[in-house]
Amino acid sequence: MSEHAKLTHHTRFSGCGAKLGPAVLDKALCGLSQPSWPGLIADFSGNEDAGLFRLDDGEALVQTVDFFPPIVDEPWLFGRIAAANALSDIYAMGGRPITALAIVSYPTKELGLASLRAMMEGGLDALVEAGCALLGGHSIEDSEPKLGYSVTGLVHPDRAWRNNTIKEGAVLILTKPLGTGLVNMALRAGVASAEALEASHASMARLNREAAEILARYRVLACTDVTGFGLAGHAAEMAQGQICGVRLFYDQLPFFPGAVEYASMGLVPEGCYRNREGRLSSIRDPQAVPPIALDLLFDPQTSGGLLAAIPGEEGGKVLAELIAAGIDAHIVGETGGPVGTVDIVS
Amino acid sequence: MNESRRAIDARGLACPEPVIRTKKALEDGGFDFLEVTVDNPAAKENVTRFAAWSGCQAEAEETGEGTWKIIIPTKAIGPQGLPLPEEDCGDQSTEVEPQGQVAKESAAGATVLISSDCLGKGEAELGALLMKGFIYALAEAEQAPKRIIFMNSGVRLVIAPSETTKHLLRLAEGGVEILVCGTCLDYHGFKGRLAVGRISNMYEIASLLLEGRTFSV
Repeated sequence: MSEHAKLTHHTRFSGCGAKLGPAVLDKALCGLSQPSWPGLIADFSGNEDAGLFRLDDGEALVQTVDFFPPIVDEPWLFGRIAAANALSDIYAMGGRPITALAIVSYPTKELGLASLRAMMEGGLDALVEAGCALLGGHSIEDSEPKLGYSVTGLVHPDRAWRNNTIKEGAVLILTKPLGTGLVNMALRAGVASAEALEASHASMARLNREAAEILARYRVLACTDVTGFGLAGHAAEMAQGQICGVRLFYDQLPFFPGAVEYASMGLVPEGCYRNREGRLSSIRDPQAVPPIALDLLFDPQTSGGLLAAIPGEEGGKVLAELIAAGIDAHIVGETGGPVGTVDIVS
Repeated sequence: MNESRRAIDARGLACPEPVIRTKKALEDGGFDFLEVTVDNPAAKENVTRFAAWSGCQAEAEETGEGTWKIIIPTKAIGPQGLPLPEEDCGDQSTEVEPQGQVAKESAAGATVLISSDCLGKGEAELGALLMKGFIYALAEAEQAPKRIIFMNSGVRLVIAPSETTKHLLRLAEGGVEILVCGTCLDYHGFKGRLAVGRISNMYEIASLLLEGRTFSV
């Protein structure tokens, strides 16, 4: 361990917190268009977790790419988290990952090759667990380390889980606790507790595979994974459908030990403020929400859980099955209210 | 009456750096007001929050476009930047008790033996994290041990300056004795790289372990 440099000391931002803010991204992509290719089902013009492209009537490609600067100090763990995070987009679409390519930027002189090797080993560990073949990758010399993967999966074109196809009367199940951004800030400030680090690291390193497999046995109305935009940001995308909005229960939010204390200490990632600024217009009456709840709701998550809308009558069964599999799942909200709005209630 | 001020220029720094600098300054103390200049709204909010968490209501004023000065009155802040219990800012009627000292004496005699760089059996990554957290927790705990002994791969924790050695230095400054196995340093080729503590030998270590309460991790 001690041979490796501490990765987070070499970066300005961490994990999915390094993502461009939603406001900036909306502005940059507004009006960008391409021909309507015959196979194309979902591209960048929507808010999907991954792109969808029909190969034939029985199969569609689901493709994603995600890379970011280190969220933890340990190279192996960082690799594992980067891969788990990239794979998660495929699981969030109900897909099965088949191949991956690595994207690496790395300061060779400052950090040495042992750390790079450990990063790649950690990533491969997650890909192997996912049954996903690593085909290759591309690396560049850079002052700041970054790692990620482009992952390709397969899904039946009619059975892909979309993120905004919710209906009234569903519950929202979240399969991992919140607060990876807050715990990372505490790590950088040197005040993170061992308990907080242990819980958030184990959670980020865990694949969403098992959660997706359990969800797939039930009727999934819509699904996304909670990453850089935070729970409320991704819930806002879920609310952009045709039928209704969503309600989140702020006193039911699961979070890592220490996360609330770190928020009240001012160890809040810039990404959290950016997310809040970009999506506040979707939140009904944000003034009524306790500030700490807003921090948890908008904290950028790295390798966060799946957020799935399940018909209310099946919610209890799904939750029980997830928990029985050792997944820290919680019901964090329900569908309802006007389209486009996230109502945060107790 | 003259009021002393200290200023921190945290412009251009990414979070959590402005908070870390504020925290360090408040821990050092020796002034009545701390002024922190920041140039992004996240840092403004975070430093203000940290001040509130430390027991004081700070005020932020916009001094230019996108620049704020946060003024933190420090009078109600205890040692180590910890908030004083149930006390309002500016209320000086309560005497400040040095924290932790009484409790530290009652832990006298306990020796902690650390014979690995990992805590517990299992994944090395996790074990290293746990160990890092354990030493931090020791440094933060009300009851400090009398001494900590590093042996075998445990000596890896003390050979280069790190977060962990910072916490150990803090413990050492508080009177905790830190002993490191010389044979183990030699074996790993770490001779001359000790960042904290003093080199000891098996004879001394064995007699200390038998002397009183010992916790092995």
